[in-house]
Amino acid sequence: MASGNDTGSFWLPPQGSTVAGEVDSLFDFIMWLNIIFFVLITVGAIWLVLRYQRKSHDQLATAQIGHNTAFEAAWTFGPLVLLLILFVWGFRLFLNLSVAPEGAYTVQVTAKKWSWTFTHPNGAVVPGELEVPANRPVKLVMASQDVLHSFFVPDFRVKQDVVPGRLTSLWFEAKAPGEHQIFCTEYCGKDHSRMLAKVKVIAADLDYQGPQTGKPDDVTPEDWGKQLYTKYGCIACHTLDGSKGVGPSFKGLYGREESMADGSKVTVNEDYIMESIYDPNAKIVAGFAGGMPTFKGQIDAEGIQSIIAFIKAQK
Amino acid sequence: MSMTTTQAAVDHANDPQETDYLHARSGIKHWLYTVDHKRIGVMYLVAVALAFLLGGFFASMVRWELFSPNFDAAGVAIPGGQIFEGDTYNRIFTLHGLVMVFLFIIPGIPAALGNFVLPLQLGAKDVAFPRLNLASFYVYVIGTVMALWAAIAGGVDTGWTFYTPYSSGVGGSVVMMTLAAFVLGFSSIFTGLNFIVTVHRMRAPGLTWDRMPLFVWAIYATAIIQVMATPVLGITLLLLVMERVLGVGIFDPALGGDPVLFQHFFWFYSHPAVYIMILPGMGVMSELITTFARKTIFGYRAIALSSIAIAVISFLVWGHHMFVSGQSVYAGMIFSFLTFLVAVPSAIKVINWTATLYKGSIALDAPMLYALSFLILFTIGGLTGLFLGTLGTDVHLHDTYFVVAHFHYVMMGGTAMAFFGGVHYWWPKMFGRMYSPFWSKVSAFLVFIGFNVTFLPQFVMGSRGMPRRYHDYLPQFADWHRLSSFGVVILGSGIAIMVVYLLISLKRGEKATGNPWGARSLEWSIQSPPIEHNFHEIPTVVEGPYDYPVAGQDGGAVKA
Repeated sequence: MASGNDTGSFWLPPQGSTVAGEVDSLFDFIMWLNIIFFVLITVGAIWLVLRYQRKSHDQLATAQIGHNTAFEAAWTFGPLVLLLILFVWGFRLFLNLSVAPEGAYTVQVTAKKWSWTFTHPNGAVVPGELEVPANRPVKLVMASQDVLHSFFVPDFRVKQDVVPGRLTSLWFEAKAPGEHQIFCTEYCGKDHSRMLAKVKVIAADLDYQGPQTGKPDDVTPEDWGKQLYTKYGCIACHTLDGSKGVGPSFKGLYGREESMADGSKVTVNEDYIMESIYDPNAKIVAGFAGGMPTFKGQIDAEGIQSIIAFIKAQK
Repeated sequence: MSMTTTQAAVDHANDPQETDYLHARSGIKHWLYTVDHKRIGVMYLVAVALAFLLGGFFASMVRWELFSPNFDAAGVAIPGGQIFEGDTYNRIFTLHGLVMVFLFIIPGIPAALGNFVLPLQLGAKDVAFPRLNLASFYVYVIGTVMALWAAIAGGVDTGWTFYTPYSSGVGGSVVMMTLAAFVLGFSSIFTGLNFIVTVHRMRAPGLTWDRMPLFVWAIYATAIIQVMATPVLGITLLLLVMERVLGVGIFDPALGGDPVLFQHFFWFYSHPAVYIMILPGMGVMSELITTFARKTIFGYRAIALSSIAIAVISFLVWGHHMFVSGQSVYAGMIFSFLTFLVAVPSAIKVINWTATLYKGSIALDAPMLYALSFLILFTIGGLTGLFLGTLGTDVHLHDTYFVVAHFHYVMMGGTAMAFFGGVHYWWPKMFGRMYSPFWSKVSAFLVFIGFNVTFLPQFVMGSRGMPRRYHDYLPQFADWHRLSSFGVVILGSGIAIMVVYLLISLKRGEKATGNPWGARSLEWSIQSPPIEHNFHEIPTVVEGPYDYPVAGQDGGAVKA
């Protein structure tokens, strides 16, 4: 997850974006305030307890001090000043986090249970991996197709809820090529914790318009199918080891005769796999709930062929 | 002893025992129909204690699941990594939240300890509306049964926050659970209303506002919030039910609603509710610190008024739960500012409790150990809130385990510690028995250590990016999760010991005197347990609740 040698501090993950350093400076400042006041209160309290511990059963207090105006005023206004500093510092940083610079590289983000899909300026639609250029502001314009989600990249110190019925946005500028984890941080149901994706930061020219999405020539169809299997999130529901997931396992799937929920029998062949990817709810295998989204318009014919080759290899 | 709290005080504290409220009318029927605030308080105590154990059971299940990640770095399933299916896990953490919030923390101190102690501290024979008091208990029971039925019949996996549109569409018993929370709200309103009237109308002669124990002040401030904020929750939950059942579009964008509106409504109640949870704990703190230091409270007026200040400002900070929800940047600015303002009264209280120890005569009995735990843990909870009130850092930390750790330090490290402290403090008064001094200290120690081992790691994994409400997690967080789960074992054993010695004390405990701690508020001026109508004659109060004598002065012995 780290980019380069930066593995982060004890408290914070690596600083993957330009703004991360600024957030961390404020974080560190508050941490010092925390430590100072914690030590003050705790050491103070423990010292008082030890110093004035009751030695005999009927021992009384040695003084009764009801209040001390100067002390109380200092303790009220001192912290107030510190709190106002935090407020102003935090708000200025928040403005910076909220307003994307002009001319940012803009990606449309679609969130749904339980995947992220990224649409680039060149039309490339890529699920599960957000490829962005380094050293250039990137703006995400985000929509949800179902419930609330939240886009979070710890290494970038950015987070924004994705709300159905409206568009929200955030921006960041990645410092160097590398990979960073994306989490969903607004609870969204069963596979909330599997709603993961990656940011892939690459070195790119200013005319970069998005990733190339076809199968590279030096990759076999089976390997390409395996990559798509991870990339499109098939992995979340279809296991390779024969154990039952949300959908049927791919192990030994090809060529098998399956009983459908409506009682019919289907032999798993190329045609059935294609149908199941483009129109998943047409034929549901008995014992499964269905509900897989369509990948029509996302996976092209070459991709389908590659996935079939991959499934065939899972004997 | 010349410096008595009241004329009537101490005169009766060590009189020969008369028939106490526990034995005045025996038989289950006399308990179920009772309008005695003390018996209602005891019934509430039993109910919230069971709710706490149930919520704790769910918490242990959560930590069991999270003991190990389900998959290793290569994506291969780890044997024994997954204990529950994702759906089951989500129901468990939802139940943990719902049970702890609605069945334990909100009613815990006010309804159980408040019911028992408040009229005694006021020198009253009961609350203003004894029947309403009993009604509030049965409404609580009905709400609890509805909630448990919802949990068993269909399950609820929305989290205790019921965020839309997830909660508008998901299966399970969301409607029943929502109605349960609605009903429980009425219980809370009844209690609050009753206490407000009781404080205004039933104070003993001479018990002026500036002589009221700070526990009463805190419960009073809490009651104001309960009465004013809870209806908003009721309305919001009913709107949610209307949307689910009748298809009226309010929060679901598919029906033309706005999901962020729900969050505004929800937190408009639930943020003040955070203070419903913590203010009574602060009240208990003031009693414990003064009693066990034999000291007058430092800054009585500041503590009393800061309770009221918190009650007022708490209504204006709800948006700090929504900094990344899509609300406007300027709304965020205002809520952040107000949030810092509400931090000040809490900080005042913490320093005043600490300053109260100065030159005192400090005894480390179990209630005091819990008070000191509160002081340390609440300080951590409050200070870590600064990261979250600050806009620029909250963006990173929002909805991570950092937030989970923060509010557990406030809610469990604060309120639950105060609850334990209060139970140990008033136990002799309630049941007339002392518990084991040794085991109560062992237990307090284990609870303190176990709590920190459980929740300190959650700060670290949270600021490193571990999101909350996750059924599974990346292997990089495994060590911290494991440590956190291990802490539950220590914490749980501390609580188990507590349950055992408290139950044993009921039968075998040494008989308690009227004033075993040498405290000075009115509840300690009568026998333990009190007689059914509390006071033979209504006492006349001539001085403040914390007017402890100074060593060397005239008549300087404390009667214990």
